[in-house]
Amino acid sequence: MLHTAFHLGLTVGRTATPEAVQFWILAPLAVIAALGILVVKKAVHSALLMAWVMVTLAIFYIAQDALFLGIVQIVVYTGAVMMLFLFILMLVGVDSSESFVENLKGQRVPAIIAALGLGGLIASLVGRATVAGPAVGLTAANADGNVQGLAKLLFTQYVWAFEVVSALLITAALGAMVLAHSQKVRSPFAQRDLSIARFRKSSLGDAAGLPASGVYARHNAVDVPALLPDGSPAPTSVSQTLRARGDIISSSSFALESIEEQED
Amino acid sequence: MDISNYLYLSVILFTIGALGVLIRRNAIVIFMCIELMLNASNLALVTFSRINGNLDGQVASFFTMVVAACEVVVGLAIIVTIYRSRRSASVDDASLLKN
Repeated sequence: MLHTAFHLGLTVGRTATPEAVQFWILAPLAVIAALGILVVKKAVHSALLMAWVMVTLAIFYIAQDALFLGIVQIVVYTGAVMMLFLFILMLVGVDSSESFVENLKGQRVPAIIAALGLGGLIASLVGRATVAGPAVGLTAANADGNVQGLAKLLFTQYVWAFEVVSALLITAALGAMVLAHSQKVRSPFAQRDLSIARFRKSSLGDAAGLPASGVYARHNAVDVPALLPDGSPAPTSVSQTLRARGDIISSSSFALESIEEQED
Repeated sequence: MDISNYLYLSVILFTIGALGVLIRRNAIVIFMCIELMLNASNLALVTFSRINGNLDGQVASFFTMVVAACEVVVGLAIIVTIYRSRRSASVDDASLLKN
């Protein structure tokens, strides 16, 4: 009865020792990664931890004689679904870390208590369950191969569910296209519209275009402002994005020390 | 080690997913936690399949994966639509109907 020390009630059958070693190494790592999803601030880090949990589960599937599902787990979940998540994260903004300020006052503690209660409830249900006998194992069911066995079930007993699922997939693809479609309210600004807008402004100062960067500044990089006739930098000569980010190199750092240096 | 440990791991992962849905505010992270719950139930289904010695549990798990893929596609499209109009992926900011 030594082996009962580690499980909470339900006894279905023992696994081989290598599988047990694998489980006790990977299961704590999966749980830690899953907890990490809850506490890390950036959504990208959550996505990476999620990918790790999914790979761990794929290993567990393969260890439990579900070879096809293990491969599908890696291809579909870690490959496709997580990539989709990362695409959306890039679209929404990678650095969109959320604030941990509670909008609903005092919601976190009841949430944790409720989750612990839910976990305890399901765990006690599993613990009190009884199975007909020791675990059968999939050696007999997988005799013709796991993929062949699954295919036999899918295309005979579950063929109706399979067809319904295909309808669901088409509907989901269509729904995503409808949701992602955005109607243009007005036509985009073309060069002609921009030109007209420049001349309709109150001053004609930049009607001929904004000054080019780096002019007279002894350095022609895009982040160096041009110099005006009086020697002061022209801020409009640098791209608005670089100005907003503060990525501007002062043109005075390239200025000549004296007139003698110029003559050398 | 008993095979039922896989079931307990699945319970733990499911609970963590449920907790994440309750306490996180970023819609994308909430979505990932829903995926975690679906994955946890898949692990339970695969374990049941092993205990009972037939492949029905694996077929059910396969269908769960397909439904999860559909759910992700539609859900992320909704998040992108909300982000376009509200400039935020936080579930707290989609509160136009409040009051």
